[in-house]
Amino acid sequence: MKKRGLAALLCAVLAASTIAGCSSATGNSASTEKGVSSAGKKAMEVGGDNVTTLNVWTFIELHQDFYVSMAEKWNEAHPDKKVKLVLSNMPYDDMHNKLSLALESGEGAPDIVDIELGKFPAYMVGKIGLMELNDVIAPYKDKIVKSRLDIYSKDGKEYGLPTHVGTTVAFYNEKLLNDAGINYKDIKTWDQFKEAGVKYHEATGKYFSCVETSAQWMVNLMLAQKGGDYIDKDGKLNIASKEMEEVLEYIKGMQETGAFATIPGGQPDNEEAYPLYNSGDYAVQIMPFWQTSRFVNYMTDIKKQVAIAPVPVFNENDGEVATIGGGGTGTAIIKSGKNAQLAAEVMAFIKLSEESNKEVWNVLGFDPVNTSVWNDTSLTQNPDNKFIQYFTNYPFDTLLKTKDSIGILQAYTDEKYPSINNEFCNVTLNSIFEDGMDVKEALLQSQQTLSNEFKEK
Amino acid sequence: MKKFFYSKKIAPYVFICPFVITVLLFWLVPICNGVLLSFQDVLKEQWVGFDNYSRLLTDTIFLKALWNSFKYMVGTLLLLIPFPLLFASLLNSKLMKKADIFKSIYFIPALTSVVVAGTIFRLMYGEASTSLFNQILGYFGVGPIKWLKGAGTSFFALLLLACWRWTGVNILYFLAGLQSIPSELYEAASIDGASKWQQFKKISMPLVKPTTVYVLTISIYAGLSMFIESNMLFKGNNSPNNIGLTIVGYLYRQGVEKRALGYACAVGFILLFVVMAVNILQLKITGTFEEGRE
Repeated sequence: MKKRGLAALLCAVLAASTIAGCSSATGNSASTEKGVSSAGKKAMEVGGDNVTTLNVWTFIELHQDFYVSMAEKWNEAHPDKKVKLVLSNMPYDDMHNKLSLALESGEGAPDIVDIELGKFPAYMVGKIGLMELNDVIAPYKDKIVKSRLDIYSKDGKEYGLPTHVGTTVAFYNEKLLNDAGINYKDIKTWDQFKEAGVKYHEATGKYFSCVETSAQWMVNLMLAQKGGDYIDKDGKLNIASKEMEEVLEYIKGMQETGAFATIPGGQPDNEEAYPLYNSGDYAVQIMPFWQTSRFVNYMTDIKKQVAIAPVPVFNENDGEVATIGGGGTGTAIIKSGKNAQLAAEVMAFIKLSEESNKEVWNVLGFDPVNTSVWNDTSLTQNPDNKFIQYFTNYPFDTLLKTKDSIGILQAYTDEKYPSINNEFCNVTLNSIFEDGMDVKEALLQSQQTLSNEFKEK
Repeated sequence: MKKFFYSKKIAPYVFICPFVITVLLFWLVPICNGVLLSFQDVLKEQWVGFDNYSRLLTDTIFLKALWNSFKYMVGTLLLLIPFPLLFASLLNSKLMKKADIFKSIYFIPALTSVVVAGTIFRLMYGEASTSLFNQILGYFGVGPIKWLKGAGTSFFALLLLACWRWTGVNILYFLAGLQSIPSELYEAASIDGASKWQQFKKISMPLVKPTTVYVLTISIYAGLSMFIESNMLFKGNNSPNNIGLTIVGYLYRQGVEKRALGYACAVGFILLFVVMAVNILQLKITGTFEEGRE
């Protein structure tokens, strides 16, 4: 009898632990593109008959809430096509790896999946398992920033729905700069940026901005401004190009002044780096616009100190692209899914409609891809918005200045990019900026490594 | 029918049958399948002959991973065999008081999840001057070190994690070996005037040899196939300049992250080959094959 009681107790504990495992989804509200995120599963509650269940995989928990709230709006507007989203959130690497295996084996894939920009081209190889989305995108197409659709396309076919533009902007800690006698508005070119850095370092002894070793936000921006790329016109690797060498030499020159330095974690969007900005050890970030959400969530001590400005350029008058979009999540539909067509329609509404793009700003703090939202001052200057409260100027004023000159690197859509990205963030940039290797030598070495991988001579 | 099951000749085969089937189904078939895959480009569904293998030979990252794993294996062998043996002898000695407490303390790390331990070690090795190891250095007036960015320091970090985790396990193996040695031998030796060191060298060491060979064999395999430790310490399979990349890490990167399953199978086959080669060599040198024959 005693034994049976014990067994019942153990069963109860086991059952309780499984339930606890399921409900832990709501714990962490951290939002990241490529960093901290926790696992969790949640399902929408939808009443009525004729409801289609759609499985969604994400790697950023905050996206789940956004999708759910927008899907509820879809259900209100389309009572005949109601959907029930069942969402699973997994860490960045795990989710992409799981997706690869599911597509490879033809089993276990969800209906809808968020794929990060850096990983997207990997799913464009061989037999493509994702659904072509041209017809569901068409109604929204003229209002969407084109370069953001292009990065998820292959041969004119669109496979991903963008989340944001990710316009690269400069985040200046206005207060610290003012104390050092620098006006961020005077910084228009990289030379001025560098000079301001030296002046700041002399005045305060602290670092102006970081030199990236585990990301390429600034490197890619400068490369695009110089008109360079990682691949040439024929799609061949072109790592050790003249432009790339100039860019890295320029950044190395910045590092040599002592005002710019590498940072723990290797880039500003990192749990080891946030505290250093929060404490004022570093003052400036060159980052995609979505960094706003990191400021609001992780760098709370410098609230009302940070201004958003257009990024510097090399030469003001030569017509180079002003900025590029950085990072991103493309939502894709699995072709073999039973309800693929409905899933595509729903997600196009959730990600591209004007209504949803307002929420992209309100909830997530990202720059929406539907630019018709950008001019709506009731939205972009709403005093109740936590992002507007955080920064010293209106973020959209800066975005509107660069709206028509948002460039792209051709390599973003190339199947080689995930490996290029991997090589740069692990080997090339570390060799140059941590180990002091010669730029040319480091580039040639990486070119050789990648050539070997892609069997190019 | 009854005769069949009660036959003394058949019975042993029936008993080992579950094990044999498991090995065939879950080991031998996948290995053969893996070898076949290693001659293919899985994504394009093509046979490519020896292309994957010839690419491996010129792949500097793979060679680096191979070297890293090999270095790690040698490091763990040098640290995780002599010291646990020494500690086990101390624990086994009659002079040792409260040996059980020490045994438990040594064994606790093995019960911890590598994932948890790796994460905590990563934080201890942080770059900031406030991280644990940099604080310790600070007491001695040494400036903060970027532990996980340098090849030497990160190798040290990996070895320390391995020692912290596996010393206790190896102590238990050796302890079991030592305790099976009859105490009369030591008694006889001490009557003959042998010192403690001589007893250790002439009695303990040779008699504990089967255990040592066993520990050596599994350590070689564990060292060469290490993955989780590095994966946790570097927060993912990527490390600066690939200083933490191991063979299995490279297999994972190619097969899962880059979806080059054929190439990954070739990497896996090389790993199998290296582990077998090192172990066969080791078993030959220690003479284990001959003992089996006697």
